[in-house]
Amino acid sequence: MSIVNAVIQGILLGGLYALFAAGLSLMFGVMRLVNLAHGAFAVLAAYGALLIVRTGALNPIAALLIIVPAMAVLGFVVQRFILQRTLGTSPLPALLVTFGLSIIIENTLLLTVTADQQRLNLGSFDTAAIALPGGIRIGAFPLAVFVFALVVLALLSLVLSRTQYGRLVRAVSDDPGTVQLNGADPKLIYGFAAAIAFGLVAVAGVASGVQTSFSPSSGSLFLIFAFEAVIIGGLGSLWGTMLGAVVLGIAQTVGAAIAPAQQILIGHLVFLVFLAFLPGGITRQKALR
Amino acid sequence: MLEISGLSAAYGQLTAIRDISLTVESGGILAVIGANGAGKSTLLKTIAGQLKATTGSIRFDGADVTALSTHERARRGIVLVPEGRRLFGSLTVHENLQIALSAKRSGVWSLESVYELFPLVAERRRRRAGDLSGGEQQATAIARALIANPAVLLLDEVSLGLAPAIVGQLYDRLPLILEQGTAILLVEQDVAQARRVSDEVHCLLQGRTSLAGKDLDLADISRAYFGAEATA
Ligand SMILES: Nc1ncnc2c1ncn2[C@@H]1O[C@H](COP(=O)(O)OP(=O)(O)OP(=O)(O)O)[C@@H](O)[C@H]1O
Ligand SMILES: [Mg+2]
Repeated sequence: MSIVNAVIQGILLGGLYALFAAGLSLMFGVMRLVNLAHGAFAVLAAYGALLIVRTGALNPIAALLIIVPAMAVLGFVVQRFILQRTLGTSPLPALLVTFGLSIIIENTLLLTVTADQQRLNLGSFDTAAIALPGGIRIGAFPLAVFVFALVVLALLSLVLSRTQYGRLVRAVSDDPGTVQLNGADPKLIYGFAAAIAFGLVAVAGVASGVQTSFSPSSGSLFLIFAFEAVIIGGLGSLWGTMLGAVVLGIAQTVGAAIAPAQQILIGHLVFLVFLAFLPGGITRQKALR
Repeated sequence: MLEISGLSAAYGQLTAIRDISLTVESGGILAVIGANGAGKSTLLKTIAGQLKATTGSIRFDGADVTALSTHERARRGIVLVPEGRRLFGSLTVHENLQIALSAKRSGVWSLESVYELFPLVAERRRRRAGDLSGGEQQATAIARALIANPAVLLLDEVSLGLAPAIVGQLYDRLPLILEQGTAILLVEQDVAQARRVSDEVHCLLQGRTSLAGKDLDLADISRAYFGAEATA
């Protein structure tokens, strides 16, 4: 595998990681909440899609039409009735509660769908590829995921910069108390942010389930990738998150080209280098963009 | 219109205001005065809902709003300009004003009419609120509150940390706000400034009402303001 090819595959993989990371980044930016169950919810969404696919009615992409709204509603409910109660001056309650949620989800899945590795199939689309000169092949599905991630992040950043909801999100991340003085309810703003985050992670979970296999315990790896992308990119910046995700993707694929089977380790090492030398991330900005 | 009776509020164990009663008429103005730590900000925060009342009630337009949350009160027209302005620093001036559209109240105040009232704010509308001078921030904070079309505007120490000329300019706007039918309950440390805009003053001393009324004698006010021992 040539280096150029590895870089291209890495960029595409970055699109998938960006989808994982965007929700984590959004929830942290809006309500200063680190959702340790983020990866577990992605796995939950993948199993949801698997369940729908097994009924034979829909393929995994069509299943998203059910899974994404369902996960968004779940996000809203989980935020309003569980996470909201953990918000406060200390980040500890939220960490403990989301960690607990991740364990509950993982074990419930282990009990109900077994520990077997699963995969979502798209048939011919799975292997479809665009052949470029130099023996480079761009997989149609990874390319579609990458483009989707770009479009979704562009939309989200448009919402944040142009709409009243976006202004409220940025205001609430500055000062929730004063947002209330202006007649808006921060809890509702948080609820919708969680809905968006869960919707995104549902897409990420399903897309990942098409690209590689998953099991009930895949959540922690998803969470780590999302974290690494967010930290490399810089906290609170959506485009930074996209950039961080691409850097992580390239680190993994180039790593695999150099030392096969060590790709995840090499990704972690690159992350650690960033943490040591650029702890603020590639884009260091305080405000949510 | 705004009727407060027997209101007390506390920070944990510390009771900061005790048994305060006052009324603001529709379209009227009342100035609350008092020294540092007298409980003026606490009173406004309790009326706006940022602090729970431990006793007493807040009635507004005939309804008891004591149990309502802050944003619900803002939607009914009780809008606070907090001490220290509290603009959203990372948003532009214009965006700060737009936030108050979430109160979803209609009335005379719109982005256009507020910019007309504060030309300085209009000039700065594209700037980040965090980069404004103190006077510009205070004007923006009042402008933002007006966008919510308050029935009663609560102003906490407009003059805080500002040059007298700027304070004068801001206070000059108040009659224009009153003219539109918005009532004002303002808090001020500067007694002369308070008396210039309002015939009626309500003086707090260590969390209690020490004097209240119209056209009061200055000697009485300073006794109520500093406490009897201080002037004796
Ligand atoms: N957040 C808080 N926590 C604990 N105590 C507080 C808090 N805010 C105010 N206090 C106390 O409550 C009392 C009243 O404070 P408040 O801020 O209402 O006074 P004030 O009249 O507005 O004073 P100033 O003119 O200095 O603004 C003071 O004794 C103060 O120390
Ligand atoms: Mg005060």
